Amino acid sequence: MRRKRFWLTLGLHAFLTPLALLWLAPLWLMWVFSTHPEQEIFRVPTPLLPGNAFAENLRNLQADTDFFRALWNSLVVSGLYTVGGLLLSALAGYALAVYRFRGQALFFSLIVATLTIPYFVVVIPQYILVARELKLTNTYWAVVLPFLANALGVFYMRQVFLSLPSSLLDAARVDGAGEARIFFQIALPVVTPSLAALALILFLNAWNDYLWPLLVLSQKEMYTASVALGTLIGLTRVSWGGIMVGSVLMTAPFVALFLFLQRYFVAGITAGAVKE
Amino acid sequence: MRTKAPYLFLAPYLVFFGLFWAWPIVYSFYLSFVNTRVYPWRLEPALNWGRLLQDPFFAVALKNTLFILAVQVPLMLALALLLALALNSALLRFKGFYRFAFFAPVVVGAVAYSAVFRLLFNTEFGAVNALLRALGHPGYDWLYAPGPAMAVIVLALTWRWTGYNAIILLAGLQAIPRELYEAAAIDGAGPWQQFRHVTLPGIRPVLLFCLVLSIIGTLQLFTEPFLITAGGPGNATMTLGLYLYQQGFRSFNFGYASAIAYTVALLAGAFSFMQLRLWRER
Repeated sequence: MRRKRFWLTLGLHAFLTPLALLWLAPLWLMWVFSTHPEQEIFRVPTPLLPGNAFAENLRNLQADTDFFRALWNSLVVSGLYTVGGLLLSALAGYALAVYRFRGQALFFSLIVATLTIPYFVVVIPQYILVARELKLTNTYWAVVLPFLANALGVFYMRQVFLSLPSSLLDAARVDGAGEARIFFQIALPVVTPSLAALALILFLNAWNDYLWPLLVLSQKEMYTASVALGTLIGLTRVSWGGIMVGSVLMTAPFVALFLFLQRYFVAGITAGAVKE
Repeated sequence: MRTKAPYLFLAPYLVFFGLFWAWPIVYSFYLSFVNTRVYPWRLEPALNWGRLLQDPFFAVALKNTLFILAVQVPLMLALALLLALALNSALLRFKGFYRFAFFAPVVVGAVAYSAVFRLLFNTEFGAVNALLRALGHPGYDWLYAPGPAMAVIVLALTWRWTGYNAIILLAGLQAIPRELYEAAAIDGAGPWQQFRHVTLPGIRPVLLFCLVLSIIGTLQLFTEPFLITAGGPGNATMTLGLYLYQQGFRSFNFGYASAIAYTVALLAGAFSFMQLRLWRER
């Protein structure tokens, strides 16, 4: 029995280790490529260890496109989206979780139904509305507005607030606190860790989004990092070392965050999948 | 006062929901019956849907999308389930390392990894062909031959999304009560029987969730074929998402693009419905 266990353990690791290294390879090579001059990236055999040309590649990237400006745009857009999305999701989720009111079931099923509707169905009218009616192209709001109503966020916050003991809220009501004050000063602070998990996922989604910003941003100064980088990929005379530096700058902060805050990411990703 | 509160809390969300979701869902359905290539737009109910049925490019995009769906989704979910089982196993050491290796792609944006995959699969200088040549294989013209180009898209998607699904499946596995396994063991069930009769039924709803989500995601595949292969060579990796982008935002034919969008929605609805029926009956 113990022998069998030993071989099973060995087999499991022998299967998983090469697979794990293979899975790490694209990220590792992204970093390696970002530190080698152009001719080294396109060399056989492929360099496997970091070089020292990161600064040079960064200069090339800045020469191809104003990437620092793009990173700043991404930061603003993702920040606006996170704060706005968080607030709307928390408010709506709270309403659906702690109150009983007419139309509650209808609102809830309407919101959840949008989870299964492909984004493509709304993208064209969204574009007509934002670009042609509101004339918001090349603004931060154009990128953010359509996504403020996030169905997954509402679903998640509703779950979170459902687990809030109603005695807590009732006690505050007895003390004469208004409903808005109860929400902001009692309910929200209690669920801060869950808010953090949702904030991470919202920020990450906005940061990595590509199609929508591509549609509503045409001026280079307004490009988000994704759009700026995506535009470079299609060009022929472009610094690939620079593109790799851009990829690293976009990715590394989140890989680092993921190392330390894995459970928040996991909580955000599993939201809605597993009923606890 | 208390009766008004929930509506006030919901109101901001509902404003944005109505403007950017509810109205668009209805409006794009209407648009799919409108000729948007004339000014002013004119209602011509049969135009876009009729064109859809005869359009060879649409047929290719549909065929490619369904191919990726049939190959990539089962491959990825099987691998994700294996990973989740391994990561849940008491025998596994260094869990932190393995979790990081497989879960880290979850934070990587489509643009960044598309760029890396383009380099890795470069025909002359790419790491993948370098490795293949070292093993005595001549390598493939990855991005410029139809079959290999499709393989690159499938591999890229699998790299990015396997960990994501494994996270969800792992949470599902951990939600199965331990007592069920203990009871099964007392009844004399071996590891395989425990897997068949406890694990599988336990994660069935979660697996279904992953399946539906993956199908909806794959039906809308856009960024990877757009940036890695540009739909090429020829139209070998043209997807419904790419074709919708071309029709809607390059040719600005909103009516036709809406018909494509609703085809995607109908497919997503049909697949989800089929899955729910199949899985319930068992």
